[in-house]
Amino acid sequence: MGLLSDPSRRKVLTGLLTRLNTPICIVCYLAGIVWFMGLAFEPFTLRTYMSENAMGSTMVEERFSSGERALSLAKEFDAHKRKAGGMPVEWLVKAMQSRGLEVFTQSFSRKLPFPDENKERYMVRGTNVYGILRAPRAPRTEALVITAPCSPGNTNNQAVALLLALAQYFRNQIYWAKDIIFLVNEHDLIGTQAWLEGYHHTNITEYISGSLRGRAGSIQAALSLELSSDVITSLDLVLEGLNGQLPNLDLANLFYAFCQKLGVLCTIQGKLQRNDWDTAEGYTHAAQTMMLMVLKQACGRSWGDHGLFLRYHIEAASVRGINSFRHYKTDATTIGRLLEGMVRKLNNLLERLHQSYFFYLLPSLSRFVSIGYYMPAFGLLAVILLLRALDLWVHLGAPALAAVDGVTEAEQPSSPGVLTVLTPVVISHLTGVALYLLPVHLQEMAVEHFPVSETEAVVLTAIAIYTAGLALPHNTQRLLSGEGTEQGWKVLKLTALLYLAVLLGCTALINFSLGFILAVTLVPITASITPALYALVMVLLSPAFTILYCVFIYQELIEAPVSVSEGWMLFLSVISQGILDHALYGSLVYPLLALFIYPCWLMFWNILFWN
Amino acid sequence: MAAHRCGLSLVFILIFSSLACHSSCDSLENANEDTEEKQSVSDTPREVNSDGSIAAEDLNERRGRSTDAELDRRDGTRTSEALTPAAAARDEFQEELVIRPLHSGDIYASFQFRTLWDTDFLQEGQKVSHYRLFPKSLGQVLSKFSVRELHISFTQGFWRTMQWGQPFIPSPPGAELWVWFHDTVSDVDGNWKELTNVLSGIFCASLNFIDLTNTVQPSASFKPLGLGNATDHRFLRYATLPREIVCTENLTPWKKLLPCGSKAGLAVLLKSEKLFHSSFHSQAVHIRPVCQDEQCTSKAWELRQTLNVVFDLYTAGQGKKEWSLFKMFSRTLTEACPLATSSKVYVDITDNPEGELFELSPATPLLSQAVVLGDRRTYSVFDLTRAETFGQLRSLNLLLRWKGDGGEMLRPLLHAERYVAGFGLQTGEIHTVIYNNHPYRAFPVLLMDSVPWYLQLYIHTLTVTSKSRDNKPSYIHYQPAKDRHRPHLLEMLIQLPPHSMTEVTVQFERALLKWTEYTPDPNHGFYVGSSVVSALVPSMVAMNTNFTQDQPLFSSFVPVKEESSYFVRVYTEPLLVNLPTPDFSMPYNVICLTCTVVAVGYGSFYNLLTRTFQVDEPSLPLAKRLANLIRRIRGVPLLT
Repeated sequence: MGLLSDPSRRKVLTGLLTRLNTPICIVCYLAGIVWFMGLAFEPFTLRTYMSENAMGSTMVEERFSSGERALSLAKEFDAHKRKAGGMPVEWLVKAMQSRGLEVFTQSFSRKLPFPDENKERYMVRGTNVYGILRAPRAPRTEALVITAPCSPGNTNNQAVALLLALAQYFRNQIYWAKDIIFLVNEHDLIGTQAWLEGYHHTNITEYISGSLRGRAGSIQAALSLELSSDVITSLDLVLEGLNGQLPNLDLANLFYAFCQKLGVLCTIQGKLQRNDWDTAEGYTHAAQTMMLMVLKQACGRSWGDHGLFLRYHIEAASVRGINSFRHYKTDATTIGRLLEGMVRKLNNLLERLHQSYFFYLLPSLSRFVSIGYYMPAFGLLAVILLLRALDLWVHLGAPALAAVDGVTEAEQPSSPGVLTVLTPVVISHLTGVALYLLPVHLQEMAVEHFPVSETEAVVLTAIAIYTAGLALPHNTQRLLSGEGTEQGWKVLKLTALLYLAVLLGCTALINFSLGFILAVTLVPITASITPALYALVMVLLSPAFTILYCVFIYQELIEAPVSVSEGWMLFLSVISQGILDHALYGSLVYPLLALFIYPCWLMFWNILFWN
Repeated sequence: MAAHRCGLSLVFILIFSSLACHSSCDSLENANEDTEEKQSVSDTPREVNSDGSIAAEDLNERRGRSTDAELDRRDGTRTSEALTPAAAARDEFQEELVIRPLHSGDIYASFQFRTLWDTDFLQEGQKVSHYRLFPKSLGQVLSKFSVRELHISFTQGFWRTMQWGQPFIPSPPGAELWVWFHDTVSDVDGNWKELTNVLSGIFCASLNFIDLTNTVQPSASFKPLGLGNATDHRFLRYATLPREIVCTENLTPWKKLLPCGSKAGLAVLLKSEKLFHSSFHSQAVHIRPVCQDEQCTSKAWELRQTLNVVFDLYTAGQGKKEWSLFKMFSRTLTEACPLATSSKVYVDITDNPEGELFELSPATPLLSQAVVLGDRRTYSVFDLTRAETFGQLRSLNLLLRWKGDGGEMLRPLLHAERYVAGFGLQTGEIHTVIYNNHPYRAFPVLLMDSVPWYLQLYIHTLTVTSKSRDNKPSYIHYQPAKDRHRPHLLEMLIQLPPHSMTEVTVQFERALLKWTEYTPDPNHGFYVGSSVVSALVPSMVAMNTNFTQDQPLFSSFVPVKEESSYFVRVYTEPLLVNLPTPDFSMPYNVICLTCTVVAVGYGSFYNLLTRTFQVDEPSLPLAKRLANLIRRIRGVPLLT
């Protein structure tokens, strides 16, 4: 700071920064990428460790033994599910009651804004069944939740059955200090959302749901269980929740600790851990795992039932059984024991999980990258925007400083600038608002006039508005002032750069992955933009194409590569899912992209057609 | 209250006159005996109906013998009384255990121990130094702090009204203390402060955490239960500690207050390893002045010690619907407390007239009927003062074997629950839901809420809705909180429409505490005590307004003023609310970082923004400066 308060040194410094601006920016960008990729390298990461005392030192003994009974129960449940053609509510109520739980049901309905073609649903009507195990001598102030979605078809029967078996076993134990809620929800996330909104008496997403009768105080933690076969080979832990929120790292540590204890293979992002970090394969494996996490987190959707709990400050994770036909098998009893151990340790908690990290990336289950390590990668990218802005500021200010009689001269060129900057800003944002509002509201009109389904109508309208937005500023500019000045686009660029820096900074604070991915694609093009740049490059690095690339990279990483046409179809479904997630669960990625990132990008696009 | 008083005395007069007409007995106690007999006579046809095997003459014979035995006992006490001063002449101790098999398969055991201390408590300045049955520690407390009435309860667990029905004496989770002081006390707050500290020592509880920030003075919800027409709530103090944990260290001092300790009588069953292996445990001490006789010519202190416990079907009963005294308490009964004038075990068999729901052994011919909580209940009575109760084995081990299958939820007439709505750490909403399940009667309830100051209530957001319509309370008493000094107190009289759900909501903002005000476990959350719903619920049967001693203890705690309704108090769950909490795990780092950021970042930016810069003269080279120094000394013009 002493440097800056000395005018001569300040001059030297700014001179240096403007002279070496481009090389510094390039170095920063490369350093940012390298830093990020380095995060997956094992020597640079930390081992996970249990921070919570209440869960660390107190060992529990697992005695659950009715795994076989759970499997036969699964068959019974399956039969009743088939007979009822959906959730067998009455059977579940009876089953829970006979196990000594207080049972309640909640019915809900929700009309989707447009049909969801992936899951084939539009008018959703369902019932959640939940039973509360009242802890002895506890005043109903704290609770834990175990949930198993009742999915259509043949899936997840085992999870529901294991839930019931656990309920029966837990009911006979005296050591519970927190009430335990066993929730079987219908229509996966929609059911969970309806239940959570009912429990907390909120209404964020226009569900029509019956009020809940039975409650058990503030929920401390939740586990979601998904099992679809009698024998599984590994358990996968899913952490990514709504808007990229993650549960406390101790929950992941707890899962890992019990997998180690019981000898269960555990994966994250479906990838097993490898021990050969010093080989190229080992590193690529870790990098792929981390990249998958970044991509999943960035898309801001809930990757399991647990994701919706995070909004209510309830630490939650999904445990997903995977049967990948390896020869290593784990039976239902072991999974039951694993859950028993986890629930008992959560039951021992004296406070909410808060000791460990909330912001982290996992290159494997036993290694983590904390916020302090990954933020510099983003910082290096974001500083480019600031450096370019500084450069522009100096360039814009230089002639004004040169003028001897100061203030009036400096004001002169910028006064037309206000309008030249304001017009594109307003127009871009109006386009953003249109992109946000019109696809859902215009679907009926679109269906009338074009031979497409509602879902296609929404997605295609969105793409159409997006494309139309590219033409719009170009025309208005010519209409308004005819010829743009050099000064004009520089002021606009300066504004847009600072705007983008603030946007990305805020995004990265909440959802690092989203901020980083946007920064990787947006920063180079926005930093180097001049009216002379090729429009094609600009388009290829636009937010929509970023999504497209992410789709391809994701498919590549989960080892299911797709062709271009399949990728395109996936891209369309990702857009529709994004809009649906926003409407159904309140995910903020779609509004962020439509209302802020896209308009910001349009401002840069405007510069391209300045003359 | 005055009306109540009038009503009570009127009732007494009526009873007395009827008794006088009926028999010419020499003492009032005998009169009681008579009424008891009368009741059992009226019960006789019912007994025969329910259990044909019992011969009427056998019954009569037993009854005759029991009266003899009691007369003997009374004679014995009289002879001993002759030696003691007249003031302690009529001290009395009764013990009672009620066992109620619950619908859910659980079992509810309620102990009541009643000690009467015949002393003139209303005389100011009188020092009482003679204690016979009454515990001295409490007696001294009463006289030192001029306590008129004292109610203290320690509860671990929450009473599940939907499964268990109403308890005999309700209590909120944690500790509850409410005290009426004599109206001669000038410094009520000072007395209260000292009293809580003393009680804290007596009961080994954290009652010393009761201070002005969690004490309120309810204006209507807590009326004196004993004699006296005190209605000025300035002399009332009420506080709860919802976080208080009850364990053996609270049970032991409680047991020590009993005349027989835990050596004999029903108290031998009170073994902590079983009592705390239960779903619900509540122990209480109630002290109040009562009338010694129907005319209220002499008054006495009544000390009621109650202990309620619910054993769980699954965890304590191993899933088998079979209960016995031994299974519940790991003890059996062998004798009554020798100091007790009555010692009885009641088993509720109302739901089991034909023995189809459960089987009770050993069978007892003695039946008793009592009107409890608006319902006429039938009880099998085991009188421990008689030798034949214990049978050949000289021990009584009651056995209850279930045959039926229960389990559905009950629909109690009045039921309340509470929860916090919303998410995030800034605001929230407290919802209190009160159910009136009476099919056609509306009745008013008094709702009392005491909310700590760190939840800042927005009282303008208070809404009361029944059947989705606004329900305007007819009486609202609201005392806003003062930060760090006093909690919110909200009392409302709400009319509950028949068969309805009434929802009371009020929004609040969570305060940011000072960093020293957080508890050692701030992320656990902060407790808000239960709200209290007090109501006169319409009764299904005529209530017994005869407030005399011939009823079992469990049915005579709360005075009944009218026949058509009975008094019920329902406590809701306490709330656990998270407040915005700083990260205490690394305070040093936080402090250092914050200070650095403020010092370096803010300071220098402020400096940069406020300072005006001027280009100063470039400083001279060292050689020139030296030369100038010499020139100055010489007085020659300086170089530039």
